[in-house]
Amino acid sequence: MTEHQQSRAMDRIKAAATVRRGLITTAIGLVGLAATIVLVQLYTPTEARQGLAQKIFYLHAPTAWSTLLAFSLCGLAGGLYLWLRDPRLDVFAESSAEVGLVFAAMMLSTGPLWGKPIWGTFWQWEPRLTLTLLEVFLFIGYRALRGAIVDPSERARYSAIVGLLGLALVPFVHLSVYLFRTIHPQPIVLKPSAPSLPWEMLRTLFFSLAVFTVLYLGFVTARYGLGLLRQSRSTEHAD
Amino acid sequence: MIDLLRHGLAIAAKDLRVELRSRTALVTAIAFAALVLVIFNFARDPAGARTIDLAPSILWVTITFASMLTFNRAFALEKENAALDGILLSPMPRGALFLGKYLANLAFVATVTAITLPLFVLFFNVSLGGALPGLLAVAVLAIAGFVAVGTVFSAMAVRTRFAELMLPVLLLPFLVPPIMAAVQVTSRLLAGRPLLEQAAWLKILGVYDVVFLTLSAMIFPALVDE
Amino acid sequence: MPLLAATGIERSFGSARVLRGVDIAVEPGTLQLILGPNGAGKTTLLRILAGLTRPSAGRVVLDGSSLRESPALRGRIGFLSHQSLLYDDLTPLENLEFAARLYEIAAPREAARKAIESVGLTDRMNDPVRRLSRGMVQRVAIARALIHEPSVLLLDEPFTGLDPRAAARLVELLSARLATHCGVVLVTHSPADAWSIASRVGLLVRGKWVIDEARPADLQAFMSRASGAFGD
Repeated sequence: MTEHQQSRAMDRIKAAATVRRGLITTAIGLVGLAATIVLVQLYTPTEARQGLAQKIFYLHAPTAWSTLLAFSLCGLAGGLYLWLRDPRLDVFAESSAEVGLVFAAMMLSTGPLWGKPIWGTFWQWEPRLTLTLLEVFLFIGYRALRGAIVDPSERARYSAIVGLLGLALVPFVHLSVYLFRTIHPQPIVLKPSAPSLPWEMLRTLFFSLAVFTVLYLGFVTARYGLGLLRQSRSTEHAD
Repeated sequence: MIDLLRHGLAIAAKDLRVELRSRTALVTAIAFAALVLVIFNFARDPAGARTIDLAPSILWVTITFASMLTFNRAFALEKENAALDGILLSPMPRGALFLGKYLANLAFVATVTAITLPLFVLFFNVSLGGALPGLLAVAVLAIAGFVAVGTVFSAMAVRTRFAELMLPVLLLPFLVPPIMAAVQVTSRLLAGRPLLEQAAWLKILGVYDVVFLTLSAMIFPALVDE
Repeated sequence: MPLLAATGIERSFGSARVLRGVDIAVEPGTLQLILGPNGAGKTTLLRILAGLTRPSAGRVVLDGSSLRESPALRGRIGFLSHQSLLYDDLTPLENLEFAARLYEIAAPREAARKAIESVGLTDRMNDPVRRLSRGMVQRVAIARALIHEPSVLLLDEPFTGLDPRAAARLVELLSARLATHCGVVLVTHSPADAWSIASRVGLLVRGKWVIDEARPADLQAFMSRASGAFGD
C-alpha cells in the first residue's frame, strides 16, 4: 500500500470508530431518556393548575434546547471553517444541522400535544416555538443550498455563511417575539417555567436537559463519523 | 475608507447605469408592488376586519417582497460574460464590491418604497396625518439591515440553478424581526402616536441593522474569493 | 528573476483532480504557449495564476508574496478569459472606463479612449457591446486586459473568433509588450498563430506537464511529437 492509501485507510478506521462512539453515546442517551420518563411519571409532582398534561413539558422543553444547541454549533463550526478551512468542520456543521432538524421536528410535534390541553390551541406565537419554527426554515434553506452547489469547497463556504448569519438572527427573533407579546398580552399567559418551579420539578427538568444534551452528542457524533466516511469515499475515487 | 467609498460608488454607478439601459429589474418590482396592492384590496372582506388594522402588514409585505425581486439582479448581471471575474481580478478590495452592490440595492429598494407608499395611501385611503416623517424613518431603519443580508444571499443564490426560489427561502426568516418591528411602528404612527414612543422597536431595528450590515460586509470576501 | 512563479500547483474539484503538481515560471520578455487536450487543466492553471481560483496545494508568488497577501499586486496581472468580462448593455468606452477605475488609473475616460484606439475600434466605441460582432467583442476584451499595462499577461485562447487581420494585430501587440519586458502565458489550440514569438512551449495532459521545453524551431515536428502525447 502506498503512504497515501495507508493514511486513507487510517481515516476510514477513525471515522468508523467515531460512528461507534456516537452510537454508544446515543444508547446511553436513550437509557437516560427512559430514566427521565420514569422520573417524570413516578418521582415528579403533578402541577396543580395544568394537570397531567403538563408533564410532557419535561420532554418538550429540552428538545428546544437541543435544537438551539445544534443550531448554534452548526453556525460556530461554519465560522471556524471560514477561518481554518478544515473540511471536517464542514462535515460537523452539516451533521449538526441534520440533527437539529430532527430535534426541531420533535419539538414542534410535542408542542401542540401539550398546547391543546393547556393553552386550548395547537399553536402559540411564543418566543421558543417561533424561534424553533424559524430554525426549521433556516435548516431547510441550509440544506437546499447545499443540495444546489456541486463544488465541495464552495458548498462549505456558502453553508458556513448561512449558518453564521442564521445564528446571529436568533437573539433578534427572540427579542422581537418577546417584545410583541409584552405589548399584546395573550389571553393565556405562559408562565416562564424554570424559575418558579419547585425543586422536584427543577431536578427532573435539569436531568432531562442533560439527557437531551447527551442525545444530541450521540446523534451528532454518529452522523459526523458517517459524514467523514462518505467524504473519504468520495476523495478515494479521485486517486 | 475614502477609497472604499469611492470604489463602492464606482460599482454602484455602473450597476445603476446598466439598469437604466435595460430597465428590467426596477420596472418588474414596481409593477409587482402595484399589483400586490390591488390584489390585497380585492382580497379583503369589506365587512370584515378594518383595513387600517391590516394596512401596515400589507404595506410591509408588499415592499419587502417587491424588494426581493431586485436583489438577484445585482449578481445576475455579473454572471453574464463572467464580469464578476473582471472585478475580482482587480486590486479593488472585496469590501468595496459589497458596498457597491449594497448601495445599488438600497437605491432600488428606496425607489420601490417611494412608489409603493403613495400607491398604498391612495388605494387604501389611509390618512397619513403627520406620520410621514416617522414612516420614512422606519422605512430607512427597516430596509438597511435586510438589504445587507439580501445582498449576501443573492450573491450565493445566483450560483445555483433556482436563484429566484433559493433567495426567498434563505432570506425570508431574516425578514421576521424587521417586518415585525416595521409593522408595529407603522400601525402606531398611523394611529397618531409619536415616533419616539416606539423606542423599543426602533432600538431592535437599529441593532439589527448594525449587526447584519457589519456581519455581511465581513463575510462577503469569503463568499466571492475561493 | 521570474515575474511570477508557481510551484507544486494542485487543484481538485470534489473528486476530480484537475491539476496534479504543476510548476511554471513567467520570465520577463518571454511568451510561453500552453497546449493540451480539453480538460487538461489549462484554464484552471491560468485562473490560479491570475488569482481567481485558489489552488488545493502549492503557491503562486509575485515579487516575493502571493496575491492573497498583497492584493495590490493584482494590478500587475492582465487576464483574458474565454468570456469577455464585459457588460453587454454598456458601450466599450463605458466598459473600459469602469475597468480603468477598478485599476485606479488616473484619467480613466482618457485611458479608456486610448485603449479602444489601440485595438482599432474607435468608430464603435459608443455602441453597446451587445451590438458588436464576436471578433470586435474579443478586441474590446483584449483592450480591457491591457488597459492597466500589466507586466504579466495571461491569455486563454485569445485567437478564437479573430479574423487573420485581427490575429496579426494581436501578435503585433504582444510583441510590443514583450519588448517592454512583459511575461506572457498563452493557452491555445492553434499554436501556429503565436509560434514565432514564443520562447517556451508546454503540453499539459490530465493535470501534468508532458512536454515543457524551449520552443523548437519546427512546428510540424513538434505537433507530431505532441499528438503522440495527446493520445494518452
